[in-house]
Amino acid sequence: MSTTNNIAQARKLVEQLRIEAGIERIKVSKASSELMNYCEQNARNDPLLVGVPASENPFKDKKPCIIL
Amino acid sequence: MSELEQLRQEAEQLRDARKSCGDSTLSQITAAMDPVGRIQMRTRRTLRGHLAKIYAMHWGTDSRLLVSASQDGKLIIWDSYTTNKMGPLVPSLRSTPSPLRSSWVMTYNICPSTCWGGMLPSPAALLDDNQIITSSGDTTCALWDIETGQQTTTFGGHSGDVMSLSLAPDARSFVSGACDASIKLWDVRDSMCRQTFTGHESDINAVCFFPNGNAFTTGSDDATCRLFDLRADQELMMYSHDNIICGITSVAFSKSGRLLLAGYDDFNCNIWDAMKGDRAGVLAGHDNRVSCLGVTDDGMAVATGSWDSFLKIWN
Repeated sequence: MSTTNNIAQARKLVEQLRIEAGIERIKVSKASSELMNYCEQNARNDPLLVGVPASENPFKDKKPCIIL
Repeated sequence: MSELEQLRQEAEQLRDARKSCGDSTLSQITAAMDPVGRIQMRTRRTLRGHLAKIYAMHWGTDSRLLVSASQDGKLIIWDSYTTNKMGPLVPSLRSTPSPLRSSWVMTYNICPSTCWGGMLPSPAALLDDNQIITSSGDTTCALWDIETGQQTTTFGGHSGDVMSLSLAPDARSFVSGACDASIKLWDVRDSMCRQTFTGHESDINAVCFFPNGNAFTTGSDDATCRLFDLRADQELMMYSHDNIICGITSVAFSKSGRLLLAGYDDFNCNIWDAMKGDRAGVLAGHDNRVSCLGVTDDGMAVATGSWDSFLKIWN
């Protein structure tokens, strides 16, 4: 009984592998270039990368209040 | 031919198909890129209020409110600008401020029919106003209708518990990282597994899509983060160091995708140059494991949550 289950499972795995093997792929060089280009094109809009001037930083350090 | 023979042949064909696309490496392509230099961030806010380990956090869509969940069973909604808080509370979706609805759902296990009072840490992704994807604890993922509380689709195929999900920017697919050391890409509508990515050597605890949806990063108990590309169907980069030997709990990209932020069991968060593979900085300040982190939609800050019960906002 368990052999039938194992065979059924193996068949499902084979079928799944066939589906995954059959997809269209692009070359690593192309995929890498496009990721690199995306980073470069968006770099100046990335505050954590280029830094945030204090005047535009919503999280700039809170100054202590002095009660006069 | 026996099924086992067939399996072996198919696996080999898959391996060969991937290899034939390996005409270069990400490192080679980015060799001419300027390095990012030393990335230094300061703690801008420390959010104090939880009484136990924090295990999940999520930013609201306004890049200002955030919600955190703790093992003490409480949820807190924070205004990160002022550090004012709402809660602790056990909220309902209706009472949650609108920018936070998707965040609330992501940190609070939402099995609507059974777990409104439950606080199980569960990876989840809000698909739209009425649908959520979660992992179901039996190695499958599920798509739920929030209103009816019914499970409408099951995504089966992993052979280990699913630890993390990330929804693609176009919301038509998602990736799941599991304890079987693999990541699967699922089509939301037909529930098919389109691709399986291997390479990690232990449980995958975290996954996160690259901003353009063509790649994703992972964090694992094998002490490495990796970058996988969907269209090349393979791993492009590994982020590791000989003196990093502990697991990664959480990962996120900065807005341009150039920086990869990862939270570790050794209490730190490392900042990696995602394109060149070098470590660019460290966020040190927690007194226990970093369990979760997130970057705001506007890219302005990163929040880290820790077993030390605090959240910190950095930029």
